[in-house]
Amino acid sequence: MTNAPGPQITDLGELLAYAHAIEVDAMERYQLLADQMETHNNRELAKLFRELAGHEEKHAAKILEQAGESGLPVIEESAFHWLGTESPEAADLDAAHYRMTPWHALQMALGAEQRAFAFFDHLVNTVSEPEVKKWAEEFRDEEAEHVELVERLLKLHPEPAEGWDLDDDPPYLQD
Amino acid sequence: MNAPALPKASDYKSELKPVWCPGCGDYHVLLSLTKAFAALKLRPEEIAVVSGIGCSSRIPAYTNCYGFHGVHGRALPLGTGLKVARPELTVLVTGGDGDGFSIGGNHFLHACRRNIDITYVVMDNRVYGMTKGQPSPTTEPDWDSALSPGGTGVRPFHPLVIALASGANFVARTFSGDIKGTTDTIVQAINHPGFSFVEILSPCVTFRPDQRGWKSVVHPAPVEPTDDAARAARRIMTDDGFNVGVLYRGSREPYMVERAKETGEPAQFDGMFEI
Ligand SMILES: Cc1ncc(C[n+]2csc(CCOP(=O)(O)OP(=O)(O)O)c2C)c(N)n1
Ligand code: SF4
Repeated sequence: MTNAPGPQITDLGELLAYAHAIEVDAMERYQLLADQMETHNNRELAKLFRELAGHEEKHAAKILEQAGESGLPVIEESAFHWLGTESPEAADLDAAHYRMTPWHALQMALGAEQRAFAFFDHLVNTVSEPEVKKWAEEFRDEEAEHVELVERLLKLHPEPAEGWDLDDDPPYLQD
Repeated sequence: MNAPALPKASDYKSELKPVWCPGCGDYHVLLSLTKAFAALKLRPEEIAVVSGIGCSSRIPAYTNCYGFHGVHGRALPLGTGLKVARPELTVLVTGGDGDGFSIGGNHFLHACRRNIDITYVVMDNRVYGMTKGQPSPTTEPDWDSALSPGGTGVRPFHPLVIALASGANFVARTFSGDIKGTTDTIVQAINHPGFSFVEILSPCVTFRPDQRGWKSVVHPAPVEPTDDAARAARRIMTDDGFNVGVLYRGSREPYMVERAKETGEPAQFDGMFEI
């Protein structure tokens, strides 16, 4: 697996570009999951993933607004350096299942928010430029709020009982 | 100036929504492929994605590049012909282990041997996904399933070693869940002259749910790529099957498409074949 060198962020524009990319990647990932659920007729989850995508879209728009008139610096997709193998807030695609429940989706979201928190926390602890550090702290605190929010939502959607993935009429039958 | 002008992975996606099972590794491969195209700054019309038949072989339809969803096992001849006719295109041949190593096995040998400048990406899930779970040439002999009770007992095919022995010029193994590693490897494979072969371990979560565990067993190859095919083959034959990274970079001259083109008009061939 890739040994990620980690981000080297030295100015505010770059930090905003990272924060924006994180939100856009998260949004696109939830959209992809919503599409998957629509295809597999899990409508409840399709709706939930669309809502999650909507939240990320708003976050991305807010960052663009924060960047102001000068906009974001142009950074090639392949030039972003993450702590792991991809952008931190992109939900874990391989955890998807066509019969997944809101609890599973929220677990995915929780993991994504926690990774985003860890990313900004890493920046807070490694960047030296005071303004970048201050903004990284703000992003980190926002991610902490998101983690709490998802944790609260999880209380409303408890873990399903074993057998949630059993399908009386499976789409693929071997025998 | 808010919209970055550089290409993004999403610029290479078609309107068609994949119908793969949620959790299928092929979603990751599609992401990596499109990220690689963006990193190479290729325009969609400079790329052709060719495939055979299988779940994985649906991939051309999900990109907005030129695409050819061919017949089962014949993706490599299609890709070869296309590259010879249109050498300026970046040609990727894509598919599964069944498509590439069962019905298409013979083409695989000869594509490696010919060493045309194309990249072959195989999404290896060690099963026929599309036709509901039959064992493939890369399936473990003891994989027990409703369609192969007790396992096939047949020794699996080793695509990377076969590729090396047959003359492939670039050989790599990646894991679909490692999007960055897979993207970087595809970029290198496309940039490397000649026939590049990338085996992507891409779980079939429906018929091989055990493959969800691959995530925790794959690891970077502990050695740098070599240009010595014999050494690469020995390493690959003795590793645990989960080493990922570029394993071999050869220096064989690719098949000379330009020279083939110099022969020109069909009438010239008449003269060449005159007895
Ligand atoms: C000539 C021919 N023979 C057999 C088939 C049936 N068939 C369709 S896909 C497939 C195997 C697919 O397995 P693989 O290439 O590993 O792809 P996956 O679905 O696992 O991605 C087979 C045997 C066919 N379509 N055409
Ligand atoms: S059957 Fe397997 S290979 Fe085919 S889409 Fe589903 S998970 Fe992927």
